[in-house]
Order: sequence, then structure tokens, then C-alpha cells
Amino acid sequence: MSQVTPAPVVDENQGYVKAKGSGITTGGAPATGRGRLFARIALFLIVAMWTIPTIGLLISSFRDPNAVRSTGWWTVLANPFDFTQWTLANYDQVLFGGGMANAFVNSLVVAIPATVIPITIAAFAAYAFSWMEFKGREVLFVIFVGLLVVPLQVAFLPLFRVYNTLGWNGTFLAVWLAHAGFGMPLAVYLFRNYMGSLPREVIESARVDGASHFQTFWRLIIPLSIPALAAYAIFQFLWTWNDLLVALVFLGGQARVEVVTLNLANLIGSQGQQWHLLTAGAFITMTVPLIVFFSLQRFFVRGLTAGSVKG
Amino acid sequence: MGQLVSVLIAIALGVGGVMVLFWLLNRGTELLPETWEQRLKPYVFVGPALLVVGLFLLVPALLTLRNSFLDARSESFVGADNYQFLVTDPAMRTAIWNNLLWIIVVPAVSVAIGLAVAVLADKLKPRWENTSKSLIFLPMAISFVGASTIWGFVYAWRAPGTPQIGILNAIWQGLGGQPIAWLQSTAVNDFALMFIMIWLQAGFAMVLLSAAIKNVPEETLEAARIDGAKESQIFWRVVLPQIKSTVVVVGTTILILVLKVFDIVYVMTNGNYGTEVIANRFIKEMFTIGHFGRAAVIVVFLILVTIPFMVVNIRRFRAEEAMR
Repeated sequence: MSQVTPAPVVDENQGYVKAKGSGITTGGAPATGRGRLFARIALFLIVAMWTIPTIGLLISSFRDPNAVRSTGWWTVLANPFDFTQWTLANYDQVLFGGGMANAFVNSLVVAIPATVIPITIAAFAAYAFSWMEFKGREVLFVIFVGLLVVPLQVAFLPLFRVYNTLGWNGTFLAVWLAHAGFGMPLAVYLFRNYMGSLPREVIESARVDGASHFQTFWRLIIPLSIPALAAYAIFQFLWTWNDLLVALVFLGGQARVEVVTLNLANLIGSQGQQWHLLTAGAFITMTVPLIVFFSLQRFFVRGLTAGSVKG
Repeated sequence: MGQLVSVLIAIALGVGGVMVLFWLLNRGTELLPETWEQRLKPYVFVGPALLVVGLFLLVPALLTLRNSFLDARSESFVGADNYQFLVTDPAMRTAIWNNLLWIIVVPAVSVAIGLAVAVLADKLKPRWENTSKSLIFLPMAISFVGASTIWGFVYAWRAPGTPQIGILNAIWQGLGGQPIAWLQSTAVNDFALMFIMIWLQAGFAMVLLSAAIKNVPEETLEAARIDGAKESQIFWRVVLPQIKSTVVVVGTTILILVLKVFDIVYVMTNGNYGTEVIANRFIKEMFTIGHFGRAAVIVVFLILVTIPFMVVNIRRFRAEEAMR
């Protein structure tokens, strides 16, 4: 998830392109009957492969442990309204027996600042790169472009040692800063492309009115840049919430600061065959991303498509 | 309750701290004489971002490069020993070979499925088009660990003849086959793991490719139709050439992600049964074995592989700047 959109955000209107173009074939010659049937079956099969595994997970998480162990989850479809077979015990056990509730709170503590901190820092930098004159502007920005594809593993060994000396391993601050560092190149790159495409006259008129850079930035540029900021915020939030690697390196081995992905990974390691627990645990880790996904899907898609269509 | 309070304080400090930092820095420059204020202010805006990437990416990269020439505890110089390990160690060779397989198969199949869904869904009514696209796209929100759990359950294995609880073996046994240990059998396990990644990434490919397809000018399609081209010919000869650059961008983005694939392998097999990959080997060398020199050399290898993409990105950026 980290570097999902290497292509520049050009302008928000790209989002409307989708609505405008009605499709390539609908307007023209209709597909033949058999061709259309084949297309529908193929699509149906793909959609089934993409949804059935998640449905199976969801159903199993509410089933009795013995039932999960002995019969396939699809057998419940024969009599879904037999409520005696459904239970919340798996969730209870995972959340409060397995520490998932604690991990859930920790994930929020990690993900929220790990999203807001890089956005704030990157927005300031992007403003300077777009609307301020200074020596080395181009060269410095190229550094960010170059860093877009750098594997985040580069930082682990040295950071782990420095954190050890500082006593920061196992603290949230350590993870916030690491996530801020890893997310920074993409954020600066996206915001700068977006802010740089805002009309020059708007910024200049603000200058004429005597606004300082700080005021122009807060009152003008930030509100105008909401689409780009929101799109990146969704990515970074999902990325930090879903991250296992960074958490494993800097928070691993300490139950107190464990995040949901670590908790689930440990559950898989220790209870690999207890599917009633694994399915419930996995579903808990997925709740927040799914809520974000369903409520902000439009921003999400627009963030992905904006600009990259231009290729 | 106590935990919740400390959580809120932590969030407020983390978020508020940054805001206060910028406000103070800005205030500081305003106290300076006008010319100095103008000269310094851009660096106040850019500085923190530079500091962050410097401390968290650039300096560590250099230190890692240095560590790759040092021993397990990064104490004495060992020359090219670690580099020799990289190219001769059998486990490393398996990891590199598997990664190669991953970066060929996963981007190609993800793009193919994304393209297929984009084209097929386009023929449906808008409501069904959006529903099917959302369902394909949904896994993008799910973590690698979550997706691994979902598919681990699909791949679950039970002894032959007993009721299967994994849907894949249930279907397979229903068709008369012997249940397959999808994650342990070396013939299929790499692909079983790769499919999890494809399942996660196809939606990303679909969204970008679908937008690109809808951007193809209607006139070019009309012209082809008037010339009597079939729908399949229009797709291969008219649409595909026009969305080529998007296909390349999507493919390379997934490729770079796949290069660093870790979570799926770590939780599903931890590299056993011949499924090792580079990023998982790195974590093993760093934590399980504790050989920092070897861990560093693995990272150097990853950086070397990404350098071409870095160069391409910078070139493309410069070309775009020239057009601005």
C-alpha cells in the first residue's frame, strides 16, 4: 500500500472523466448473444473468487468451534436461520482472552498520528516546492522523487540500533516517526504535484493582499488541497493500520504495545489450526479498513485515478 | 479508561507536536530582519520533511551499505564475505529465485485480471458494473495478514475421506481428487501464496485500467467500427495501444510492491517448504540469526534492483517538468 500511486495527481476533474465516458462498447455494436453470456459468466466467476473467501471467513467467525472444526462453513447455508449454531464466543475469546481489544486501541494510536504527522510535514514542504523560490529547490525535490521506490528495509537495521540506544524500541513514538519517514516521499510528491497545479493568480492575489506565506498556506492552499490530502490520508491510514513489518521490527515481542496485525500474526503462529479464533481475529483487524473503504471509496478511487490516467 | 486517556494524550501530542513545531519555526523567522526572513523561510517549510527523509531513509541507507561490509555484529571489516554469501548461499538462492517468480507472475496476472474485469464489467448496466468493481476492489483495504488468514482457511487441509473445511479442497475432493496440502506441497505452494497477492492487487489494477479505458477517445473506436473491426480487434488494436502507458505504470507499481513481499510468506509458511523470499530472509537474518552484515547485504541487493526504477521515475519527472 505504501507506494500505490507513482503517477502525479494532476487535477481533481479527472474524477469526472469516469462519469462522462459511458464505456467503450455500450454505444457501439452490441456484443453477440453468446459473447455476452460468456463475458457474464467469466465476470461472475472472478467476482465469486474475490468474495466467497471473505464470506467464508465471516460466517466461520460466528460458528461454534466444534462445528468449524468438523464441517465446511458452507453447510450452514442449508439452514441459516437455525440461530442455535451462531455464537459470539469466538470474538469474546479473541478480544479479551487474546488481547485483540488492547491491540485494536494500539492500532488506532499508531495509525492516526502516523497519518497526520507526515501529511502536515509534507504539506509544508510541498507548498515551498510549489510556491517559494529558493536555492536547490529542484535538486531537493528530485531526492523525494528518487526515494519513492526505495524499499523501507533500508532503515530497519540502523534505526533499530539507534532506537535501542535511546530506549525507544517498543514505543509509539518510534513507529510514528518511522512511518512518517517511509510515507514522506510519496506525500511530498503527490502534494507538490497537486499544489503546483493550483492557479498562480489565486496565490499571487493573496500575496498582494499582504498575506504571509504561513497565512496563504493555512487559509488558502490547505482548503484547496483537500482532495489530495484526503486521498493520501486514506492510503497512509490503511497502510499504517495494515502494516505488519514496521510493527514487527519496532514493537514486536511486547504484548502491551502490540497492534492488530501483530496480534493476528501471533495467533496464526500459535493457534494455526483454531480457525474459529483466526477467523474472528482476522475479521476484527479488517473492520476499520472496511469502514474506511466503504465510507470513503469515492476519495479512494479518485486518489488512485487522478493523474495516473495520464500515465 | 486509563489506557484510553493515555491514548488520547499520545495522539494529541503526536499530532499537536508537529503543528506547534511549524508555528514556532515560522514565528522564529518572523523575528529576523526582512531579508533573512525571506531567505530562511523556504527552508523552514522544507526543512522538517528533509530532516525526516534524511534521518529515516538516506542516512540509514548509507549505514546499511557500510554494514554490508562488516561482520555479524557490525564490528570488524570482512570485505566481500557477505556479498559472497548473497550469491552462494542455497537458501538465498531459493529466495531470489522465488522473488523472480513472484515479480513475473503477480504483476502480469494482476494486470490481466484487472483488465478483464474492467472490460467485462463495462458491458454491464452501471449498477452491476459498480457492484462487481467494488467487490473486486474491496480486498485492497485488507491487510496482508488478514488476507493470508482468509486464504489460509480456503487452503485448509483435512485427511482424505474426511469432510474438508477448506473450500478449495472440498471442491477438489468433490470432483474426485485427493485433498492437496496447498501450502506445503512444493509444486503449488508458491502459486497459492502468489494468488493471495493477486487477490489483493487486481482491484488496484482494475481501477486504473478502467479509468484509462474510459478515457480512450470515442472517435477512435467509431472509426474502427466503421472500418468493420470486430470488438476483440478493437480491444487489441485500438484500446490496448492507447492505454499502454497505464498498463506499464500499474505493472511496475505492483512489481515494486512484490519485490518487498514479506507479510504473506512470513505468516503462512515463514519461508518453509521452499517458499522463502528475500524480505523474509532479511527479517530472519536480522532477528532470528542476528547476522547484521548479511541482513544489510540483502537490503543492498534490494536497493540495487530498485535503482533502474528510481532512474526512470526521475527521468519522467524531469520530462514532465520541462513541459510545465
